[in-house]
Amino acid sequence: MDDLLREFLTESNESLAVLDVELVKLEKDPNDPQLLGNIFRLVHTIKGTCGFLGLPRLEGVAHASENVLGKVRDGDLPVTPAIISVVLESLDRIKWLLATLEQTEAEPAGDDADLIRRLNAAANGEAAAPAAAAPAPVAPAPVAEAPAPVAAAPVAAAPEPAAIEEAAPVEMQAAADKPADKKEQVTGDIKDSSVAAQTIRVNVDLLENLMTMVSELVLTRNQLLQILRSQKDSDFAAPLQRLNHVTSELQEGVMKTRMQPIGNAWAKLPRLIRDLSHELGKKIELVMHGAETELDRQVLELIKDPLTHMVRNSADHGLEMPADRKKAGKPEQGHVTLNAYHEGGHIIIEIADDGRGLSLAKIKQKVLQNGLATDSELSAMSDQQIAQFIFRAGFSTATKVTNVSGRGVGMDVVRTNIEKIGGTIELKTQEGKGTTFTIKIPLTLAIVSALIVECAGERFAIPQISVLELVRAAAGSETTIERVNQSPFLRLRNRLLPLVSLRDMLRLSNGEKEENQETFIVVTQVGNHTFGIMVDRVFDTEEIVVKPVAPILRDVSMFSGNTILGDGSVIMILDPNGIATAIGEAMGETEAAAAAASATSTSGERVALLLFRAGGDAPKAVPLALVSRLEEVEANSIEFSNGRPVVQYRGKLMPLVSVEPGYDVKREGRQPVLVFADRQHSMGLLVDEIVDIVEDHLNVELVADRPGTLGTAIIAGKATDVIDTGHFVTMAFGDWFKAKTAEGYGDAKAGNRRVLLIDDSAFFRNLLSPLLQVAGYEVTTAESANQALGLCEAGKDFDVIVSDIEMPGMNGFEFAETVRKSSRWQDTPIVAMSSHTSAKDMDRGRTAGFADYIPKFDRDALLQTLSQTIASRGAA
Amino acid sequence: MSNVRDFATGTSGVASGDARDFVTMTIADQLFGIPVLTVQDVLGPQRITRIPLAPAEVAGALNLRGRIVTAIDVRRRLSLPPRAADNQGMSVVVDHKGELYSLIVDAVGEVLSLPGDAYERNPTTLDPRWREVSGGIYRLQGKLLVVLEVARMLDFKRAEAA
Repeated sequence: MDDLLREFLTESNESLAVLDVELVKLEKDPNDPQLLGNIFRLVHTIKGTCGFLGLPRLEGVAHASENVLGKVRDGDLPVTPAIISVVLESLDRIKWLLATLEQTEAEPAGDDADLIRRLNAAANGEAAAPAAAAPAPVAPAPVAEAPAPVAAAPVAAAPEPAAIEEAAPVEMQAAADKPADKKEQVTGDIKDSSVAAQTIRVNVDLLENLMTMVSELVLTRNQLLQILRSQKDSDFAAPLQRLNHVTSELQEGVMKTRMQPIGNAWAKLPRLIRDLSHELGKKIELVMHGAETELDRQVLELIKDPLTHMVRNSADHGLEMPADRKKAGKPEQGHVTLNAYHEGGHIIIEIADDGRGLSLAKIKQKVLQNGLATDSELSAMSDQQIAQFIFRAGFSTATKVTNVSGRGVGMDVVRTNIEKIGGTIELKTQEGKGTTFTIKIPLTLAIVSALIVECAGERFAIPQISVLELVRAAAGSETTIERVNQSPFLRLRNRLLPLVSLRDMLRLSNGEKEENQETFIVVTQVGNHTFGIMVDRVFDTEEIVVKPVAPILRDVSMFSGNTILGDGSVIMILDPNGIATAIGEAMGETEAAAAAASATSTSGERVALLLFRAGGDAPKAVPLALVSRLEEVEANSIEFSNGRPVVQYRGKLMPLVSVEPGYDVKREGRQPVLVFADRQHSMGLLVDEIVDIVEDHLNVELVADRPGTLGTAIIAGKATDVIDTGHFVTMAFGDWFKAKTAEGYGDAKAGNRRVLLIDDSAFFRNLLSPLLQVAGYEVTTAESANQALGLCEAGKDFDVIVSDIEMPGMNGFEFAETVRKSSRWQDTPIVAMSSHTSAKDMDRGRTAGFADYIPKFDRDALLQTLSQTIASRGAA
Repeated sequence: MSNVRDFATGTSGVASGDARDFVTMTIADQLFGIPVLTVQDVLGPQRITRIPLAPAEVAGALNLRGRIVTAIDVRRRLSLPPRAADNQGMSVVVDHKGELYSLIVDAVGEVLSLPGDAYERNPTTLDPRWREVSGGIYRLQGKLLVVLEVARMLDFKRAEAA
């Protein structure tokens, strides 16, 4: 059926239902002008639409009754039962015509001359002869009976409007069958339309209740199955199996009744985009994929507003003006693409535009303006990290507040709303190419998959969606929990993962601390924050029904709800958001520190530093990224070999070196040691106390002339000696280390290989040169590309060049291009070293002429790459 | 307990027009009563899940036929010492604003119909912590029954303020 016609049918039937009620009211209270006006307007609308759609019979009838009503409204005619009857009769005729129209998609043959004549007669004030004459032969119901069914109809129809509002999403699905639905009520003698017989409209509350009951049933079923498992050869086995299947199917069925295509939430978007494109003077096309993807209506309701907001944002901020698009070599028409699909119990919604992308420069400016981060912090961040700032509160990059967006209701609200329903939002942007938001939300909120864990004898559930992975940490194994000033951390793939102890957080221990042999760490992600929750045991995952906690417990933000497990016990559901909030600020810092450690560390940028004390009260610092482990060794396990302290560590002898000469090794108790490791070698630095991990700017202000100290910097407000790890590594291993290293790093005899190290950061040069020297290279350093080129002109030769990318003046890429183009060093391999090692950067690096690309601070990779590069060059 | 029973038989005939029915219970040898209509269930010892970070008065949560019920330790609410280890306690489940709460008491007695003329308002000398949750006192033969006001008992903020 034509959409237009369908809409007309829906609308007219709704109007007619109202008219029936109103006319009956009018009969009782003939002098209510408002009521009359309303009736007139409704009939007028029907008449107008009929004329527009080319339905002459309907129009004729509607026109005639409008005439009558017009006169009544103008006071030319008194309201008499006769007049009301004839108008009601005309309404019945209209209904009948509409019903036929719906079934056959055409008006029935025949005419309504008799009815129209009587209507006209009524309009002319002639006492309308009661319809004694046989009504039109086609009329379905005798006129005399008309008022009765009509009177009944309103009663049936009356609750409808209320239900419609309440059940907005359901209504859409039901929209198709609404005309039929109504007709069924009004003209019972017309054969039920097939559509009507297949669907009924149900109050959403009823479905909600059903869902709750089914959830209970599922829980009970789980309990029964649990009992069954403990009993062999039970008579209950077979019926319980059947119950199990039936319950599963019932659950699925009821879930389906709550499922709605996501298209329902998109219904208003085409109109929105159309209006926007007019208002903003942009050409916008909205592309929608996967509108049929279904999700729980509760979830649908909750994401409707965020989605609308984001689409509006994409059209307003994302897309450029047609002229700008043309200039950028793009088609004038911009696209906003919505894509929805299922992925393992979740629904993924993508909102993409092919506009200008997020302007990182503007974001940075705004970040600085709002004091969200400092200049140097920003320069340490990757583009994606910077883009995430738009999710912060009160952040809008639109320079002017338009009618459309930028009213302070920003992406932070969108993100909060999505996180509230256990979803996540991610953002990818490329300047000039566009922005894509990816939302991941659970299909339903009623039943979630949760990981059951135990801590201090109590069990808790953690929603599976926030769990990234599980890590088992045991004393003496590869993964151990390290502590800095009581705060636990875990090294996870070259990053320091902050840990929270569930025991401490929930104050589960009664004063005394149990040290466990093994601990499980639930790596959890909330927004961009990743942290580990330490628990004693991990059980299975279970499907659970989330129930809200009692009102008196609402203040406890750690729990999002509670549930009953298969064994019948009550269990609390942990709220990862609540935990993240509870660890709050501390969290933000360590997060940034970890990011900084993995990202970059040049002078002036914030670096994670390990503070410790050794010999004297002055604090000392070392970049955390250089330390591979923090250990405490039993003082009595320290042995002496050749007068130097060593300790057996992981089956090998580890030399121990003190920071200050003449440092007394502890004779009893525990000796804290910083372990520096290079492939198979480890050395321990003896310290008095590990103080803290801080994230600070590392500006070495006073260069020390003492060996072992790079210089002094202000860290955490105190003058702190920054130690030179290279010095101690050399001290520990002495000459034999060189030989070993040469062996360890493969065939390239590192000895006498000349390396040029270009980095604008003095700190970094100081850090790397000793390392390379220890590995047997002859190191020359340059603090800028220009200085390096000067060396080239001066006739120096190197076997390999290691260059930083971000440098003032000529950057790494330019340097490589210059060298490749025309210099004596054309054939010298250049290895790039940068904090940004995205695929894009690597490509660019390769094009520029870099032989390889390594992340900063990965010493192993550096040494490996150098030896390989030199080896392959030798072979070539 | 026998006292109560005697008393019950003794008063059942005297029930005047404004008599009210109470479920009686004992906590630390003190008799308490809760209006019978607010009581949903009386349970024996239950497996209770602790709720960390909850107010001290909250003993935990328990499963009552698929509904989660918050358990309140009445002794703690009244600042009484914990129960003897051999007494596992009993639970009186009450409905408060659509939520179920289980009040853990030492023992539950029976239902008494108490005449209005045996009722007294809270004496001023009553411990403030008790006065808070007490809705008055009934004079029984040889015993006093304290009426527990469920709504006030679940209002912990008042307890903290007091």
